[in-house]
Amino acid sequence: MGRINRDQLNEIKSRGKGIIDIRLGKTLVDGEKHLMIGGGTACHASRSEPVRDAIKKEIKKRGLSQRCKVIETGNDSFATLAPVMVIYPEGVYYVHLTPDDVDDIVSQHLIDGKLVERLLYKDATDNDKPIPRMMDIPYFSNQTLITLRNLTLIDPENIDDAIYRDAYQGAAKALIDITTEEIINQVKISGIRGRGGAGFPTGMKWQFAAQAEGDIKYVLCNADEGDPGAFMDRSVLEADPHAVLEGMIIAAKAINAHQGYIYCRAEYPLAIKRLTIAIEQARRYGLLGKDILGSGFDFDLEIYQGAGAFVCGEETALMISIEGKRGMPRPRPPFPAQEGLWKKPTVLNNVETLANIPQIILNGGQWYAAIGTERSKGTKVFALAGKVINSGLVEVPMGMPLKNIVYDIGGGIPENKQLKAVQIGGPSGGCIPSDLLDTVTDYEAITGTGAIMGSGGMVVMDEDNCMVDIARFFMEFCQEESCGKCTPCREGTKRMLEIVTKITEGRGEIDDIATLEELADMVKDSSLCGLGQTAPNPVLSTIRHFRDEYEAHIKDKRCPAHVCKALITYIIVEEKCPGCGKCKRVCPVEAITGEKKVVHKIDPEKCIKCGACIASCKFDAIEVV
Amino acid sequence: MKKITLKMWKKIDGIIQRYKEKSGALIPVLEECQDVCGYLPMEVQERISRGLNIPGSTIYGVVTFYSFFTMVPKGRHTIKVCLGTACYVRGGKANLESIQDEFGVETGGTTGDLRFSLDSVRCIGACGMAPAMVVDDDTYAQVSKQNIMKTLNGYK
Ligand SMILES: Cc1cc2nc3c(=O)[nH]c(=O)nc-3n(C[C@H](O)[C@H](O)[C@H](O)COP(=O)(O)O)c2cc1C
Ligand code: SF4
Ligand code: FES
Repeated sequence: MGRINRDQLNEIKSRGKGIIDIRLGKTLVDGEKHLMIGGGTACHASRSEPVRDAIKKEIKKRGLSQRCKVIETGNDSFATLAPVMVIYPEGVYYVHLTPDDVDDIVSQHLIDGKLVERLLYKDATDNDKPIPRMMDIPYFSNQTLITLRNLTLIDPENIDDAIYRDAYQGAAKALIDITTEEIINQVKISGIRGRGGAGFPTGMKWQFAAQAEGDIKYVLCNADEGDPGAFMDRSVLEADPHAVLEGMIIAAKAINAHQGYIYCRAEYPLAIKRLTIAIEQARRYGLLGKDILGSGFDFDLEIYQGAGAFVCGEETALMISIEGKRGMPRPRPPFPAQEGLWKKPTVLNNVETLANIPQIILNGGQWYAAIGTERSKGTKVFALAGKVINSGLVEVPMGMPLKNIVYDIGGGIPENKQLKAVQIGGPSGGCIPSDLLDTVTDYEAITGTGAIMGSGGMVVMDEDNCMVDIARFFMEFCQEESCGKCTPCREGTKRMLEIVTKITEGRGEIDDIATLEELADMVKDSSLCGLGQTAPNPVLSTIRHFRDEYEAHIKDKRCPAHVCKALITYIIVEEKCPGCGKCKRVCPVEAITGEKKVVHKIDPEKCIKCGACIASCKFDAIEVV
Repeated sequence: MKKITLKMWKKIDGIIQRYKEKSGALIPVLEECQDVCGYLPMEVQERISRGLNIPGSTIYGVVTFYSFFTMVPKGRHTIKVCLGTACYVRGGKANLESIQDEFGVETGGTTGDLRFSLDSVRCIGACGMAPAMVVDDDTYAQVSKQNIMKTLNGYK
C-alpha cells in the first residue's frame, strides 16, 4: 500500500484486531500461536538470533507455519533472562533459551500443548517456584507500562504491527481533529516533565517554541543517552520506534515545524537500524513527508549519528554538533525555543518523553495526570542494573518507593549480600544510602537526598562496592567528558579527581574532604552547562552519606569494601591451605611461594592484587584484608 | 601505517560529492570516511577539507573532539570493554586489565601484530547483562576472567 489517509489507517488497524487479540490472550478456534522472541541488543548479545532461526526452521519442517508465527520483538526488558520468548495467546514465558531447546518447545508446547517445565522462569525469591505466565512474574506484574506498552507485542520492523496497536492514532487526532492550542493544552494538563534529566514541563517548552516568531522551526529528539549505565532510550527505539516518530510529528504540529532530527549515539547500531526502517515505512505510508494522512501538514525527519561526546547530550551542544562543529555548550539565553538549531526556534525532547506523547494525545492529559504524585506525573522507565537479581528495564508509576523497585521488581541483592546504596542520575546524580530507601520516585523527593532523577539509570551497589571508588569513577568520567570551554569545570573536575584518586591510593589527608567540598561548590556555581554544574554531585552525595568510608581511607588507610588496591593485602589463611600449589602456578608475578603440601605464602611486595589466586583456590584459603 | 588505497580514495570522493551541498555535513562525512579507511589520517582530512571547503584546522578540531574518530589505524579486531557504571560495579575494570596483561596492550592502543585494538567504552546499552564487551560487531554479555580469553581466541 502506498500513501494512506485516515480511513485507511483505521482499516489497517481493524485488520489487525485478530492478531492483537491473540497477543492479548484470546484463544482462537484454529489455535493460532504467536511466538514473540526478544530481540534487543542484550538479547542479541545473549545469542538470541540462533534460537530465532532454529525455531523458525523447526516450525517449517514440521509443517506448522500456518498456525505458528515467529516474531522478533525489541524486548530485552528482563535482561538477565535473555534469550527469552513469550508464546501467545497463553502468555507463557520461556527463558535462557538455546537452539537445543527448540525441539522441546515445538513438540511439547506447540504440538502436545504441555509446558516445558525446565525452561520456565523460576522465582529465586520463592524457592525457585516456576511461574509459567509472563504477567504473573513479579518483575512484570509490579510494573505499569505506558512507554513500554508494546513490549513483547509487536515486531518493531513492521509498521502494520505498530498500527494494530494504535500507532499514529494520536498523530491523526493532533493533525486533523484538534487545534495546536489544544495539543499543547493536553500536554500541559498531563503534567509530563522531560525525561532527559532536567524534568522541565514539556507543555511549557512547546508553548514557548509555538509562540516564537519564524517560519522555519525544528523538532529534535535526544537519543544520545549519555548516562553510562542506562539503556531506556535504546530499548524504546529498538522495541517501538514508531512511538517516537509519532511523538515528533505531534510536537512538530504543535509548534509548526516541518523538519526534525533524531540525534542518536553511534554506539547504538541496532536502534539506528530499526529507526531507519521505521522512517522508511512511515514515509511509504505518507506518515512522514508531505500532506501527512491527507491533513495538509508536512513533516519529515532524519537520523543524525552522534560521534561520542557526553556533553553533546546537552541541548545547545547537541544543536551545534548537528551543525557539524565541535559540540560545546553555549550560554542560554537565548533558549533553543527562540534560537536553536541554525538559530531557528527549536524543541528538543528526550526519546522517552516523545514516546509518551501519542498516548497522552489519544487518551487525554487527564488520563496521564491521574498517575503519579502531585508534581511528578505519569510513569518513569528505569534501567535497573548492578548488584540486583533481576536487572533490566522497569517502568513504574511516579511515586513508587525505591525499596519496591529494588526488592519487589528487582528481587533484591544476589548472594545474600547487603545493599549499600542505589545510584541514580548517572554522572550528574548521587548515591542514595540503604536507610533512605523509602524515598519515592518523584523529582523533588529524589533531589532532597542529594541525587537527581536524571534520565533513569539506577545502579544498585552492595557491600563489595567502595563508595570512594564510585565517586572517583564518576569524577573521572566528568573530567574526561568536560569539553574544556570553561575553566571551573575543566580545572575543577581535574583537581577533584586528583584528590579523590589520592584518597583511593591511600595518600589522603584529613583536609581533603573539606577541600573537595569547597571545590565542589565552586564548580557547581560557576560552570556554564549542566555537565559542570552537576559533576560534583557524586562526590558530594557520597561524602554526605558515606563520610565514614572516606575517613577509613584517609585515617586508617583502609578500604572497607576491599576495592582500592593500594589499601588491601592478599593473605593465605594457614588453617585452610593444604599446599596444593594451584595458586602458585596461576600467579602472574611469582609472588606465591611454598613447598608442596605445605602452607603457601604471598609476598606483599610482589603481589599485584590481580585476584588470579583467589579465583583458582578451591579451599577459600586466600583472603583480602 | 595502513595505506589509503586508490579504491578508498574513490569512495572518499564519492562521499564528499554526496554531502557537498548540505550544511552540517562534516560529521557524517568523517563517519563514513572512517568507515572506509578505518581511521582518519591527515591526508584524508586534507582531501575532505578541499572537497567540502572547510578549513583543515576546523576538521582537525572536530576529529580530536569526538571520541568516535581516530587518527591511528586500528588492528584487525577491535575490542571494546564496557566501563559504564553497571559494568564497572560488576568488575569490568578487572576484565580490561586482564586483556591488557595478556596482550601487552594499553587502552587506546593496538597490539604489535595488529591483531587487536583495545578500547574502553561507556555503556553499550547491555547493562542488564553486565559486564559487557564488544568485539568487532559482536556483543558479549557477562564477561568474566574465566571466559574472556576463550572468546578472544576466536578472533585471529
Ligand atoms: C551534560 C549533559 C548531558 C545530557 N545528556 C542527555 C542525554 O543523553 N539524553 C537526553 O535526553 N538529555 C540529555 N541532557 C538533557 C538535555 O540537555 C535536555 O534537557 C533534554 O534532552 C530535553 O528533553 P526533555 O525535556 O524531554 O527531557 C543532557 C544534559 C547535560 C547538561
Ligand atoms: S561546564 Fe564543562 S562541559 Fe559545560 S561548557 Fe563548561 S567546560 Fe564545557
Ligand atoms: S554499563 Fe556496560 S553496558 Fe551499560
